[in-house]
Amino acid sequence: MEILFALAIGVLSGSGVWLVLRPRTFQVIIGLALLSYAVNLFIFGMGRLTIGRAPILAGADATDVALYADPVPQALVLTAIVIGFATTALLLVVLLAARGLTGTDHVDGREP
Amino acid sequence: MSLALIVLLPFVGSLCAAFLPSNARNAEAWLAGAVALVCTGLTISLYPDIAEGGVVRLQLPWLAQAGLEFYLRMDGFAWMFTLLVSLMGALVVLYARYYMSPEDPVPRFFSFLLAFMGSMLGIVLSGNLIQLVVFWELTSFSSFMLIAYWYHRVDARQGARMALTVTATGGFCLLAGVIMLGEIAGGYDLDHVLAAGSRVAAHPWYPAMLVLILLGALTKSAQFPFHFWLPHAMAAPTPVSAYLHSATMVKAGVFLLARLWPVLAGTDLWFALVCGAGLASLLLGAAAALFQHDMKGVLAYSTISHLGLVTLLLGMNSRLALVAAVFHMMNHATFKASLFMAAGIVDHETGTRDLKRLGGLALAMPITATVATVAAAAMAGVPLLNGFLSKEMFFAETIFAGGGPVLRYGLPAIATVAGMFSVAYSLRLIHQVFFGPPAQDLPRTPHEPTRGMLLPSMLLVLACLLVGILPMRTIGPLLDIAVTSILGIDTPEYSLAVWHGLTLPLLMSVIAMLGGLGIYLVRWFYGDRAVGRAPVRPPLDGRRAFDILIIVIHRSAERMVRFASSRRLQPQLLMIICVALAVGWIPIAATGWTRGQEALTPIDPVYALLWVVGCSCAIGAAVQAKFHRLAALIMMGGAGLVTCLTFAWFSAPDLALTQVAVEVVTLVLLLLGLRWLPRRLMFDDARRQTLRARARRGRDLLVAIVVGGGLAAISYAVLTRPRVDGLARFFVERALTEGGGRNIVNVILVDFRGFDTFGEITVVSIVALTVYALLRRFRPAPESLTVPRAQREEIAHGGYRSFDPLAPLPSGDMRISAVLVRLLLPMAGLVAIFLLLRGHNAPGGGFVGGLVMATAFITQYMVGGAMWVEWRMRVHPQYWVALGLVSAGGAGMLAWAFGRPFLKSLAYDLHLPLLGDVHLATVLLFDLGVYLVVVGSTMLILVSLAHQSFRSPREPVEPRPAEG
Repeated sequence: MEILFALAIGVLSGSGVWLVLRPRTFQVIIGLALLSYAVNLFIFGMGRLTIGRAPILAGADATDVALYADPVPQALVLTAIVIGFATTALLLVVLLAARGLTGTDHVDGREP
Repeated sequence: MSLALIVLLPFVGSLCAAFLPSNARNAEAWLAGAVALVCTGLTISLYPDIAEGGVVRLQLPWLAQAGLEFYLRMDGFAWMFTLLVSLMGALVVLYARYYMSPEDPVPRFFSFLLAFMGSMLGIVLSGNLIQLVVFWELTSFSSFMLIAYWYHRVDARQGARMALTVTATGGFCLLAGVIMLGEIAGGYDLDHVLAAGSRVAAHPWYPAMLVLILLGALTKSAQFPFHFWLPHAMAAPTPVSAYLHSATMVKAGVFLLARLWPVLAGTDLWFALVCGAGLASLLLGAAAALFQHDMKGVLAYSTISHLGLVTLLLGMNSRLALVAAVFHMMNHATFKASLFMAAGIVDHETGTRDLKRLGGLALAMPITATVATVAAAAMAGVPLLNGFLSKEMFFAETIFAGGGPVLRYGLPAIATVAGMFSVAYSLRLIHQVFFGPPAQDLPRTPHEPTRGMLLPSMLLVLACLLVGILPMRTIGPLLDIAVTSILGIDTPEYSLAVWHGLTLPLLMSVIAMLGGLGIYLVRWFYGDRAVGRAPVRPPLDGRRAFDILIIVIHRSAERMVRFASSRRLQPQLLMIICVALAVGWIPIAATGWTRGQEALTPIDPVYALLWVVGCSCAIGAAVQAKFHRLAALIMMGGAGLVTCLTFAWFSAPDLALTQVAVEVVTLVLLLLGLRWLPRRLMFDDARRQTLRARARRGRDLLVAIVVGGGLAAISYAVLTRPRVDGLARFFVERALTEGGGRNIVNVILVDFRGFDTFGEITVVSIVALTVYALLRRFRPAPESLTVPRAQREEIAHGGYRSFDPLAPLPSGDMRISAVLVRLLLPMAGLVAIFLLLRGHNAPGGGFVGGLVMATAFITQYMVGGAMWVEWRMRVHPQYWVALGLVSAGGAGMLAWAFGRPFLKSLAYDLHLPLLGDVHLATVLLFDLGVYLVVVGSTMLILVSLAHQSFRSPREPVEPRPAEG
């Protein structure tokens, strides 16, 4: 599974980087979204892959850390997902406004 | 307590002064004067505590681990300077009250003057070196503001800029030096540093540290080669020149050198650098002063020269020289401030400070003339005045300095020559202004100024006389305390007597007097022809060097920007990505990439299939994003969905829930945006086929593959290594006992790291409001204003019907969906609340709950149309956001009521008759805040984007719903 997970991160980030380097604003937005999937998975993966051990305590005395998946990367990624939505929205609106003002959807505000 | 008041009062006064009306000259002066006098009083009241060599301390710990604290420390030396700064402040305020004209906006003046006083007192009383540098920079800033007080004048602006550039750069060097010193000494507080003793000089960092600290001190005290800013700072109002640029601020440099003298001095490097700078300033300043014709110019150069004398004494590595240096600092402050005030009086009453135009003023203003003459005599070192005493000590030190024959004879000779110049320029100043034929063409008829203006100057001159005649009765004990506090038990024996018998220093004084008279006579007979330029120009003109340096920095910065920067986004992004790649590559190149030893989890074919789909979606989105936006968007959603399933697969239910909810709103968001983007068809794009474009795409593809491959390799390397428990153990063990929840991720978010989450929901709120604000001014591209093609076709075929906001159900195809969606709303709300409430113990929480609720609202908009929905239900997302922030913040502040820190969770277990045991915790209130903020922000973003479709379209059609 690890190799699949790593490959998935690779493909997502590669597609994201390719799109981020494109000249049209919509491509950049999609690219950033793909890139953020990759980064979230990457951070999540730092806690290693565990199956069937969600970090929800079974009881007051079941506090062995090995019983659960690492909760710290999960907490980090959870807020990152929501913040990611907010920044995507902001970027989209800025790009739309730029498109309205400059008449083009090129990232530099003018056709090359 | 008194210590804190001494430093704080001026700042408080500064704030008050800033808000007084601009014509309240008297109120301002009373305020400032009262502050200065109270500070003086407090200082005097502390005298008994430091008289026996004691030290008054006030320590407020802040970041103890980093050696940072607020530490005020007053010993004898600091006490003397505190008295000087506050007393001189009071005199200058009195003087300024009469000096400033009614047209000048005085609040600004007194506000900055008081701010300066506070900063200077802060320098003097700082017991922590870092804190000292902070106050040091504050004096630079207040000096900048005061020099530029008459900012309509070019010379004021230029002078201020130059002073700030030089002294603030010096301050920066000082910070670096002080940090090194603190590291060497093992602590930043003065007690630690002074106790470090000879360890400092023996440390390998010593040379670099010394140079940095000297750069700070010498720039502040206007010492060669950084002296050039001081004459330009004379554009300031004269009270400022008297206070900052002669009596106090320029003394900060030599103050610091004396303060750190016990640990820094004693080496050959110290001797060479400090003596070198002092000697050069002493001679150059004195010589240049002789050729100025602005009264303040003469005084500025003479200040450089006298500070050079102090620096030279400090550099001599002799304890007696240190005594002389401290003594001369005080003496110089008294006579130079009084001379500046006299110059200001002359300027105020005659309208000019030009030595060539002035003359014979003694007839018109006899008191001013007397005061100025006595002060100038003190500056020249005439017996029975304070300047004489310290100058004698200086001469004696040069004789006993020793060293090789060059030093043994050269130093006394140079000292005598400098003394001659000093006599000559003092003589010239007095003679040309107050004696000789009376000037005829003065802008104003000269007369004696008001008593308020004369009084400070007279008091200072009185001090010169008292110290000069009865040194042991007046300054003696104070000097003793000051010097003892620096040198401790090593304080040498010294004598402050006026008459030591017929000694070599006395002979040098006599030679200096006669020589000075001679120089002045020669200068007087031949001089006026040469007026305007000094006969000897120093080869290195500091000011020109400064100007050239500024220009060079400007030009090279421009060149750098042109070379390294681009206004285009793509090269910038490429550069960022390449740098990130390089940074990631370095450790791998250094240690090599190896796979870890952990056994792999067996591959599940379902999971493999999942990612075949996910990867295809990602690549498909990358390929299609240019020409088929909708397809790309759907495929992006596919990749997101697979990511979400991955979270679920690998034991992260909270992540999976949040991701799927965010996926929905992101999709709606981007769909709403599509409408405003231009049409792009594949055959429109002729440039696609050029070789250049192909090469560029090839390069980007390569970069993308390398990044992807690299990230995959790193992930694989990490995933195959054993798990590190790190922070996890802490959270797992304490989640239930201290956080009171079973869902560890949620407990981390709302309890352990609640402050982070609070910051994040604030960011989300700000983003939402920004989006809202941006869209209020949104101007779409002209071609996007028309009704979209799909809608036009639908209208043409009669299929499209406007939404009637009054009808209970929309007509047409959406009728059934509308019914379903309306049934969905209460259920979705219930689910959202359920997710919010269970979040602490099971997957869920405020983030997910909020997103679910927002999605339910959004579907109403999508199916019913914005008009229809808002006709019946106003959501007011701004209120949700505000309420959420208040709720989350309130939950945090509730802890204060119980004496706990912000956001500390509180829990109560209640037993209610019907419901049984109920667990109430403030974290629920906090999570409710998160929920409200997420609902409000999401709604605000999406609804304001959807409302853009109401903008007046070209063809009159009914408002239509948000697309999607």
